[in-house]
Parts: sequence; C-alpha cells; structure tokens
Amino acid sequence: MSFLAIKGLSARLRDTSFPILRDVFLSVEAGEVHGLVGESGAGKSMIGKALLGILPTSIEITHGTIELDGVDLLRLPPAERRRRIGATAALIPQDPLTALNPSRRIGPQITDRLVDILGWARSTAEARARELLDEVHIPDPVRVMRSYPHELSGGMRQRILIASAFAAEPKLIVADEPTTALDVTVQKQILKLIAEMQARHGTALLFVTHDLGVVSKVCQSLSVLYGGMVVERTTVRDFFREPAHSYSRALLAATPKYTDPLASLTPVPETVIAAVQAEVAAHDRSQRNG
Amino acid sequence: MQLFRAFLLRLFTTAITLSGVAVIVFFVIRVVPGNPIAMMLPPGATEADVARLTARYGFDKSIPEQFLIWLQGVVQGDFGTSITSNQPVLGLVLGRLPATLELSIMALVIAVFIGGFIALTGTRNRGTSVEAAIDVGNGMALSVPDFLWGLVLILLFGVLWPVFHISGRVTPSLDLPFTTNFYLFESVLRLRFDLWADIVSHMFMPALALAIPLAAIIGQLLKQSLKETMHLDYVTLARTKGYGENHVILREALPNAILPTLTLVGVQFTFLIGGTVIIERLFSYEGLGNMAIDAVINRDLPLIQGIVILFAAIFTAVNLIVDLSYAFLNPRLRHG
Repeated sequence: MSFLAIKGLSARLRDTSFPILRDVFLSVEAGEVHGLVGESGAGKSMIGKALLGILPTSIEITHGTIELDGVDLLRLPPAERRRRIGATAALIPQDPLTALNPSRRIGPQITDRLVDILGWARSTAEARARELLDEVHIPDPVRVMRSYPHELSGGMRQRILIASAFAAEPKLIVADEPTTALDVTVQKQILKLIAEMQARHGTALLFVTHDLGVVSKVCQSLSVLYGGMVVERTTVRDFFREPAHSYSRALLAATPKYTDPLASLTPVPETVIAAVQAEVAAHDRSQRNG
Repeated sequence: MQLFRAFLLRLFTTAITLSGVAVIVFFVIRVVPGNPIAMMLPPGATEADVARLTARYGFDKSIPEQFLIWLQGVVQGDFGTSITSNQPVLGLVLGRLPATLELSIMALVIAVFIGGFIALTGTRNRGTSVEAAIDVGNGMALSVPDFLWGLVLILLFGVLWPVFHISGRVTPSLDLPFTTNFYLFESVLRLRFDLWADIVSHMFMPALALAIPLAAIIGQLLKQSLKETMHLDYVTLARTKGYGENHVILREALPNAILPTLTLVGVQFTFLIGGTVIIERLFSYEGLGNMAIDAVINRDLPLIQGIVILFAAIFTAVNLIVDLSYAFLNPRLRHG
C-alpha cells in the first residue's frame, strides 16, 4: 500500500467555485521521489499544500481523501490532523529568505517541532539539530544555531530548512520548488543536497517543480498537471523516452536543452493546449452530470 | 563605544529640543494678553502696588532680559517662584509629577491590554463577524475624544451605577502614611491594599478614559500587522510542524508584528500624557495637568514654564524608551 494516497481530491475557490484541483489521484510509495510538474497555476503546489493542511483559507476541499500512512487526514479533527502531519510529514519551502522567522534564533526553529510536538528532551533535540546541520554541510553548527536568520546567506538558510525538514525523520517531505528562489550556482548544490539527504534517510519526497531538468535528475516518477488535473502519471524513464499524453510531449519539447542552449525555444502549441483544455472541460461536464 | 556615541548624540538633541521648548513657551506666554500681577492684587490696589510687584517678579524688564535671568536660574536648578503660591516651581511641579505619571502609566497598561486583546481576538477570528464588530467598535472608540469618554464613564460608573470615585486622587479622610507622592506604587510596597484599592478606584475611570482611544489605535494597527504577518512563509512553515492557531499567532507572528505598533504607541503615549491635562481637570485629579490649567488661569508664568518644560522632558524620555525597546525587540537592529 502506498505511503501517500490521494484519491479523487477536488478543491475550489470558496467565493467563485472556480476549480483548483480536479479529481486528483496520486500515490507515492515509501522512499519514492515523485515529481509534480506543470505550468504556473496548474495546481501542483496546491496538492502539497492540501496534504500539509496549509491551503489558503480562500480554497476549500470539496471531496476526496488524503491518506498518509493509511490514515485519511481529511477525516481527522483539526488538532489531531496537525499533530499527525507535523509528526509524519515536512515541508522544504520555496523561498529560504522568508521561511525563517527573523526574530527567532536558528536553533529553536529546528528543534521546536521535536520538543513541542514530539515531546523530545531539549538536549536531545539540540544534539539532533547539530547532527543534521553537520549532514547538510554547515560549518560550526553550534554558532549557526545561536544566529538569527539575517546573519546567514540564502544558500545557508535553505540548508538549514532542509535540515529542519529532516529533523523529525518524517516519512514524507514536500519540496515546493525548493531551488526556484536561489542563485543558479547554488541551485545545483541544493538539489544535490536534497537528493543526498533523501537517499540517506529513505524519505518519500514529493517534488513540486516546473523544471523537467530537475525532475530527470532527482525523481523516479512524476505526475503532469494541467488545470488542476493530472493528465499523466508515469515513471521518469518512460516520460523522457515516450510521454503518453500530447501535453506531456509538448511540455518536454518546450524544455530548454542544456546541451544546446542557443536553440530557439518551442512553446507548447496552441492545438495541444486546446486539446488539454477540452479534456478539462469534458471532465467538468462529467462531474456535473454524474 | 558606538552605543556611547549614540547616547551622547541623543543627549545633545534632547538638550536642543528642551531649549527650543523653553524659548517658545517663555515668549509666547508673555506675548498673549493677561497680566499676572493684576490677577494677584485685590480690587482697589494702587498704581504703586502694581509697580512694586511687577518689579519684584522682574516683569518690568524686557522679555529677552527676563529670559536670560530665568535661564540662569534654570541651569542652577531654580525654576523660579510660583506667583500664586509663592513656592519654588521645581518643588511644586515634582510634587505633582508622580500623580500624573501613575495615571499615564496605568492608562498605558490598560490600553496595551485592551488593544492587545482586541488585536489577538480579531486575528484569531479574521474574516468573521467578530472581526467586523471589532472594527466598528474601534472606529467608535477612536472618533470620540478622551474627555468625552471621561464624561461617559462618569455618567455610567459614577452616577447611574456608582462603583468608582469620580473625583480626586484618594479619599480625603484617609490617613496616608506615604513618604513619596507615588501613592499607587507606595501603597503596594507598604502592603496597604486598603489604600491601594481606594487609589485605584479613583484612578480607574480617568485612566480608562485616556486609554480607550489608545487601545483602539493599538488594536487596529496590531491586528493589521498581525494579519499581514500571518500570510508569511515562516508562519505557514510553523503550521506544517503541527502548531495550532494560537501558538502560531503568539510565537511566530506577534514578535514580528509588534514592532510598528511599538513605535506608534510611543508617539501616541505622548498624546495621552497631553490628554491628562483635561482628564485630570474633569476628575479633579491632583496631577500636573490640573495644576497646568490653574497656572494658566492665574497667569502664573513661572509655573506654566516649569510644567511645560517638564512635559517636554517626559516626551523626550518616552521617545528614548521606545527607541531602546525597539532595538531590544528587533535583532536586526541590535547588531547593526
């Protein structure tokens, strides 16, 4: 049985009923790295947010289940759900510059979950934090733990957030475009670090990105989203060899080639967009009639 | 070292501010109509009596000359003699200062508690009818000035349902064992809670009247910056760790949202102290403000000068405290 199983998840804007997620099915095995790809607004981040319980208040889940380790999160009472998510899942956020609290020292920001939610002793939690900062190659962890975020660089902060995500040995980590906000030179290191940490800890990883290059490097499987709908779920090997869906093919063709950076970019053809939009519309009709 | 230089600079600017205030108040109260000597003499005094008294208080000299004489005294700690009571101004003013300080600080504490509670409740219930009700209440509290709140409170809790004293600082018949004029503070130190209760019962309504507009400002601003902070990434990240709404508001959002409010509270607190003038009059509270009004009515020029200088000194002190606490609360300023 899959560690994460999302079944028929639909969400919409509270005010206008505009659909954000359309009947999403998604499963991630223990230790698997699964990519969520799509254009901006395709709903890829929303899946991660829904499962971590941090959807904006303007969005409501209308149906579906999110099973984490066999328990449907949406059926739990709020306090219980929060604790369960905090104990079994974690987030590597997009922008390291805004994801650390500027008025709190680094150390407590790593150890707080261990102490407050999981009930560890403070000294054990601090030892664990030092160990993890060491794992993400941060020199002098003791000093860093006493620092405030503004005293550290963006790359350092992202390493800290990665360490913090792995601190409670979660079974699943959502990485929400973890390299987008970083400098290109730092991106590669951070990507390598996430892959390294994932391999060492055997954590399942839900990797949200719009960068197919990143997917080919770190993921084993992926889901392609369009308009809040999963249009294709496949393994990375099959996806890059022969994508099944026309939209996937177009998306792949639109990716700039590192081997030939000067080649002109190929946008996703309008016919393909029209076809996938028709698919979304057909899905909506069947929802209404069913 | 850097801190010491900042401190010296601060002292220097404070001195300039206070001198400026001294010059302005000295000249203005001499230019406006009203003769202090005429106020003192009984009807039927002769021209010679007037001239004698005028010379005695130095009002026969030119205004710049009077200013220099006064300034000479001030640097030696002599703020002159009150015309109406014939006592040294410094002693009179310092004797009243504790009453006004206690009232202002009590008002500030009440305002912070009410305002903080409003802001936290509003943030906790953002987007609901509770928040809408808070906004309406805030608007009302803000649009009514403090002295009107004073009248409303007197009517409600002094007349219709008399639970608080409406006049004075302490019941006159009580025997006070105090050595300082910090009655509220000293009653606690001496464990005289009977006196303490009587003093609080006198102070509560004037303090609340002063506090209501400030509480509304604090509530409004803090709620706004809390709501903005609640959308930030580190707050979201804390939620994924398993923390609930209360914890997230108090530990993640509040310390960061409080900074802009703190600056504003400093500025508004000086307005609140200014408000004590009318409020003390309204509640016959024996503080500086009440004394200031008497001094103006009697054209007691030395006393007016002393009170205004003291108010100015309090204002600069409040601003200094705000700046220091700002540096203490914001780690980014502490190091830079």
